[in-house]
Amino acid sequence: MHKEFLMGNEAIALGAIAAGVNLIAGYPGTPSSEVLETAAKHRSEDIYVEWSVNEKAALEVAAGASYTGARSLVTMKQVGLNVASDPLMSLEYVGIKGGMVVLVADDPGPISSQTEQDTRHFAAFSKLPCFDPTSAQEAYEMIQEAFEYSEEYGTPVFFRPTTRVCHGYASIEIKDEEEYTSHTAEGFVKDSSRWVIFPRLSYQNHKKIEARNAALSEVFSNYSRNKIYPAGEKNRTSRKGIAASGISFTYALETLETLGMTRLLKVATPHPFPEKLAVEFLEGLDEVLCIEELDPVLERELTYLCGKYHLPVKIYGKLTGHTANAGENTRDSVYQNISDYLGISACRAEAVSACEDTSFVAPPTLPIRPPVLCAGCPHRASFYAVKAAMKGRKTIFCGDIGCYTLGNAMPLDMVDTCLCMGAGLGIAQGIGHIEPDTSCFAFVGDSTFFASAITGVINAVYNQANMTLIILDNSTTAMTGHQPHPGTGRTMMGELVQKINIEAVLRGIGITTVETVNPLDHKAAVSCVKCTADLPGVKAIIFKSPCIAIDKPEAPLFVEEESCISCKKCIRELGCPALVIQNNKVTIDASLCTGCTLCAQLCPTGAIQTTGGDRHE
Amino acid sequence: MNKNIVLCGVGGQGTVLASKLIAAAAMKKGISVMSAETIGMAQRGGSVFSHIRLGEHLHSPMIAKGTADIIIGFEPAEAVRMLPYLKEHGQVIVSSHAIMPVTSTLSGADYNGKEMILYLKKVVSNLLVVDSEKACHELGSSKVLNILLLGAAISGGALGLTEEELREAIKDRLPEKFHDLNYRALHYFQSQQSDPLSSNICQ
Repeated sequence: MHKEFLMGNEAIALGAIAAGVNLIAGYPGTPSSEVLETAAKHRSEDIYVEWSVNEKAALEVAAGASYTGARSLVTMKQVGLNVASDPLMSLEYVGIKGGMVVLVADDPGPISSQTEQDTRHFAAFSKLPCFDPTSAQEAYEMIQEAFEYSEEYGTPVFFRPTTRVCHGYASIEIKDEEEYTSHTAEGFVKDSSRWVIFPRLSYQNHKKIEARNAALSEVFSNYSRNKIYPAGEKNRTSRKGIAASGISFTYALETLETLGMTRLLKVATPHPFPEKLAVEFLEGLDEVLCIEELDPVLERELTYLCGKYHLPVKIYGKLTGHTANAGENTRDSVYQNISDYLGISACRAEAVSACEDTSFVAPPTLPIRPPVLCAGCPHRASFYAVKAAMKGRKTIFCGDIGCYTLGNAMPLDMVDTCLCMGAGLGIAQGIGHIEPDTSCFAFVGDSTFFASAITGVINAVYNQANMTLIILDNSTTAMTGHQPHPGTGRTMMGELVQKINIEAVLRGIGITTVETVNPLDHKAAVSCVKCTADLPGVKAIIFKSPCIAIDKPEAPLFVEEESCISCKKCIRELGCPALVIQNNKVTIDASLCTGCTLCAQLCPTGAIQTTGGDRHE
Repeated sequence: MNKNIVLCGVGGQGTVLASKLIAAAAMKKGISVMSAETIGMAQRGGSVFSHIRLGEHLHSPMIAKGTADIIIGFEPAEAVRMLPYLKEHGQVIVSSHAIMPVTSTLSGADYNGKEMILYLKKVVSNLLVVDSEKACHELGSSKVLNILLLGAAISGGALGLTEEELREAIKDRLPEKFHDLNYRALHYFQSQQSDPLSSNICQ
């Protein structure tokens, strides 16, 4: 063993490698992406790693590997599980052979997601056992145990860290390579009574799954990570307890270490719930406060157990309004919840300023700083071209998931709808069927196109929709950290492979008008949109220009003071972070400008110029 | 030694690297570290923070309000935003250079950071304002703001780390061609302090 400073996701990847994982597949999504990336970086030769085209594909690839007896890991974020749910629901009925861990990172807040859905609920729904780590160190150890349980019970298992576990760093005790478990797959053994799902098999296996989960509830009551912490000396006779899970458990523990320990239940396996242990915890208590994020899973389980065993214990939490039912918990919110519950003043001795506000001076109004498209981002140019071309027309701009969702911000204001991966296409079609006089656009990025937009394109062509599909092709998966995808010609195994050509895919589906244009050539881009948008049927424009983060920048531009008439058109129309006002003059922040020249192209007096020199740092 | 450190700024300013260097230097001394930072969409020019905790018997990577020993603000308004985390008599080190958000540029709001600095001076007893624009100009790079501020932070001892320890971390973690520039940035504050004519640091 040795210590390393690791991100939770890195620790999880190294834990999976230590557990002898043979195959890892996933689709990028914050906060899960670094697991697969770390595994690819640290993998031994015999571990196969891929970014799959989407979560459904990833889950199926991992299931196949597991059928051979290999240990497999799938990684995704919580909304990705919705995509993967079709194979997963059925897979649970079929079962697996090699240990299979389905890592789904939940995102309380949400910080970088569309929903605050709770994978612990999905565990109960799909009947999968679920492991819920409280820290990076625990995640490292727990994922190894998750593989063991999965294999022993022949079921895929959920491993469900949340953002603060995924992205928190810690000095973590990890195994040396000699201590790793090595796992060899036996190979696929043909047996259609086992691997081919039929109603009769599902019925038989359903009964087995229910019996197994009942047995697992017992087993999990003895699992060392589910634990009752006794009350401290001060609270020995107190009849108040606290139940907690995930990162919130660490917030609760640190709070109780300050305020005095009460009896505390830590739940590491929300499904199957460790019933016996929970009943032992409840006995002798009058009240329990549940500290958890997202849905009230512990709260409902404990309330249920009180009914089932006739225990006179009041259970508090989200359902009773004692804790917030939406958003992320913080050290401070948990401190407040627990001190309210215990009837202790929430004022910390050390945080005098926050409580005793006699000397408190209100701060000046803080500037709002929402995330924006980067300076030089080609998406800005694409949106601007469509906006300019369609000015004065009745339009709808359906957005999608990726950096380009940020096209919604002022001054571009070019995203009218955004739902989930690939949904913009269907929404544009639906609106078009009801409002035929509206010019309908769907914007989709290159990675999202491969992940989940192709079905929507086929649907549009088959059903004779009238719409313009805009592909924002920046040759990467930018938002989640520049993962390769089928259009980049690189795999996570380091191979250079044939790039899948988006234009060829669209033509193959039957779209005859497919234009490719550089969005940073504003005139050409506008004219392309004008020529294309009014054609009947489905037509596509591919705006092709690489993400600034993967491309070498050009020399920054500058504003020639004598020529600038301070009309501020560049700022009003583009909202580029490199364009700033200093002393009432427009200037260009050379440290941000990538020399994309979009602003120069729209300046009415030609005041924005290229230096022509080399870029200086 | 238990320390809670908050780094804050705007996405792209280099707070993440600074937190990695603090962690690496502390780990090398045998101190356990936990940290948390903003990753994902907010990194695109949004407000970002890192919480770093040094010491034993820690459970959570997050810092509670009113418990930070030191706040290192890469931008005046961002330092003010994180001020509720500062403990009584905690230290604030802040870069005086304001970064105007696109929203302010568009609305014509005249944000320049000066009122933030004035506010900090009013409410923080242990405050160090670093004229980072001048310093970066003298150092010949706008990319060393993070190391410059780390240099200011070690000078007061609030990090519990020495210049030598951070130099080691820079050496271990950055490509060799950037070593010299970053060493100079790290030492810049100390060299200014020993120069009585310097107007670069206003206390």
